[in-house]
Amino acid sequence: MTIDSAAPKPNWFSRLAHPGNFMGWSRPVLWPLGIATALLFGLGLWFALFNSPADYQMGETVRIMYVHVPNAWLSQFVYGAMFVAALGTLVWRHPLADVAQKAAAPLGATFTALALFSGALWGRPTWGTFWEWDGRMTSTLVLLFIYLGIIALWRAFDDPLRAGRIVAVVTLVGALDIPVIKLSVDWWNTLHQPESILTASGPKMPGSILTPLFVMMAAFTLLFLLLQLVSMRTEILKRRAETLSRQAAARPA
Amino acid sequence: MNLAQPLLTVDALALSRGGRLLFEGIGFTLAPGDLLALRGANGAGKSSLLLALAGILRPAAGRIDWHAEEAPKLHLLGHLPGIKARLTLAENLDFWRAVNGPTGMATGAALATVGLGGLDDLDAGYLSAGQTRRLALARLLVTERRIWLLDEPHAALDAEGDGLVGRIVAAHRATGGAVIAATHDALADTTHTLTLGGMQ
Amino acid sequence: MNAFAAIVARELKLAARGGADTLTLVLFFVMVGAVVPFAIGPDRTTLARLAPGIVWIAAFLAMLLGLDRLFRADEDDGTLLLLREARLPLEMSVAGKLVAHWLLTALPVLAASPLLAVLLAMDTASWGRTALALLLGTPALTAFGVIGAAVTVSLRRGGLLAPVLVLPLCIPVLIFGVAMVAAPGGSGAALLFLSALSLVSVAFCPFAAALALRLGSE
Repeated sequence: MTIDSAAPKPNWFSRLAHPGNFMGWSRPVLWPLGIATALLFGLGLWFALFNSPADYQMGETVRIMYVHVPNAWLSQFVYGAMFVAALGTLVWRHPLADVAQKAAAPLGATFTALALFSGALWGRPTWGTFWEWDGRMTSTLVLLFIYLGIIALWRAFDDPLRAGRIVAVVTLVGALDIPVIKLSVDWWNTLHQPESILTASGPKMPGSILTPLFVMMAAFTLLFLLLQLVSMRTEILKRRAETLSRQAAARPA
Repeated sequence: MNLAQPLLTVDALALSRGGRLLFEGIGFTLAPGDLLALRGANGAGKSSLLLALAGILRPAAGRIDWHAEEAPKLHLLGHLPGIKARLTLAENLDFWRAVNGPTGMATGAALATVGLGGLDDLDAGYLSAGQTRRLALARLLVTERRIWLLDEPHAALDAEGDGLVGRIVAAHRATGGAVIAATHDALADTTHTLTLGGMQ
Repeated sequence: MNAFAAIVARELKLAARGGADTLTLVLFFVMVGAVVPFAIGPDRTTLARLAPGIVWIAAFLAMLLGLDRLFRADEDDGTLLLLREARLPLEMSVAGKLVAHWLLTALPVLAASPLLAVLLAMDTASWGRTALALLLGTPALTAFGVIGAAVTVSLRRGGLLAPVLVLPLCIPVLIFGVAMVAAPGGSGAALLFLSALSLVSVAFCPFAAALALRLGSE
């Protein structure tokens, strides 16, 4: 039983991104990717903990920045990836796009939560409180709410394909609104707290801080890619299992 | 009006719902005055085919060609009547006239045709199931559309109601309209029949 | 009557005959505001200072409460499906529902806001600015709400999900809306931002919501 769908475009991207092909090429990539991630983390942590200077104001606690900044960057990067995947679902009806969306959402939420958590751990010794309503942390908190809402929406649907399309609409609306949220939160912040708060990008950063920071950012990004691929593979296998179950049920006794 | 010009051509249509392939390779042509009967067991995809023709479901494969008809071109009569209980019969029909285009019968005439004459100012919530179905049929009369997609038009109707369906379908075909009806019941003067088999 | 007006008129008629939904919403709005002093104490200075925020939150919650009935009834009786064959595009039908919903939720809240102003020790000037802010900002709340309702209409248990999705998106409205009343020197900018937000979200909402409705029925 074959479905004579629209002829696949012959370019390299659609060849790679076809679900069957995807499962094929993603498997051998996992181990090398995992090893590269582990190596980068090892390198980054060595740099962060032993080979970079302590901040003259904040002391050793500045080292949390090497975890906080990459997580904060990833929380936005993953939403960007979800946004591209959402376009893939809505505009091109790409078969892998909704799998990519579904995989990215919990990862993005986790990185956002880690960014908030590491920010709180950093804030306690630095400013004396776990939480300050400064512009950046507040925007990150709102981003976490949006991620969690999207995850709840995924779980509310029975049909994953329909879920993917609806979630894509929400992701797009969110993507348009997030800059507005950032703008309004920063504006609100200047109304209520005229003094600026020292954050990671406040003071100029010398190279000895930038290098370990970039290594850690690369390490976390590779970690995201690894987890994303694994999660997508799992989702595809799950859908295949469900299809088989449904077919078994539909077969006459 | 060129009676030989087909209204609709469907070619190699396939449809999936919920990951299950309902049917494939469906093709037919609909000309003015045609009555196409859709038959098949429950779950064979009759309602889904009508929804796909109405543009609500996206086919997995195949083509649907509407020939030289300006949209909007069809009426869909589904399982749900689209009627508000707290509005009167006339208000319900007037709403659909305004929204679909007041090109057909007047509200009063439409109600009379379906056997609900004189009940214009009755709240629709007081109607029985059969009467509600008649009101749903009346909606097809207040706006002229060439193609009617009817899903179980005889449902909830008594023998007299069945006759009503036959009469208004015949009247519609006589003016050059076409009808696709998914039904288990007998239909008079069917032009062709399409049977959807269950797919494994 | 043209099609757009028919949609708005029908919503208004149904609300007028369909029980006390609008009044319940207004009651909820007033009660939320009235409950706050029980939680934070009746000191008039504190209440007056917090009043703009409290009124906005009460209005916000009232609008969230009304979300489910935007599309639910039409989905259940088949109207949403049949509106697809109308001569007006689905986007315009959604726009009609947006207008009707604003008339049925925001205007009553606005009309009831003097009650809250009295309960929360707001002075007249402060209330006047609050009313203007509500007038300018509730269209944006409604627009986001319509999108949330459209997204969840195909879900049986979607009721709680729509507010959760809509709430973060509406935070800018809350920020600018309160700032219009309470922020010295910032209120002019807040008014402009709020109006812009309402205009853009209302313009954009029918397209996003219609897309969600179409995708939900596939």
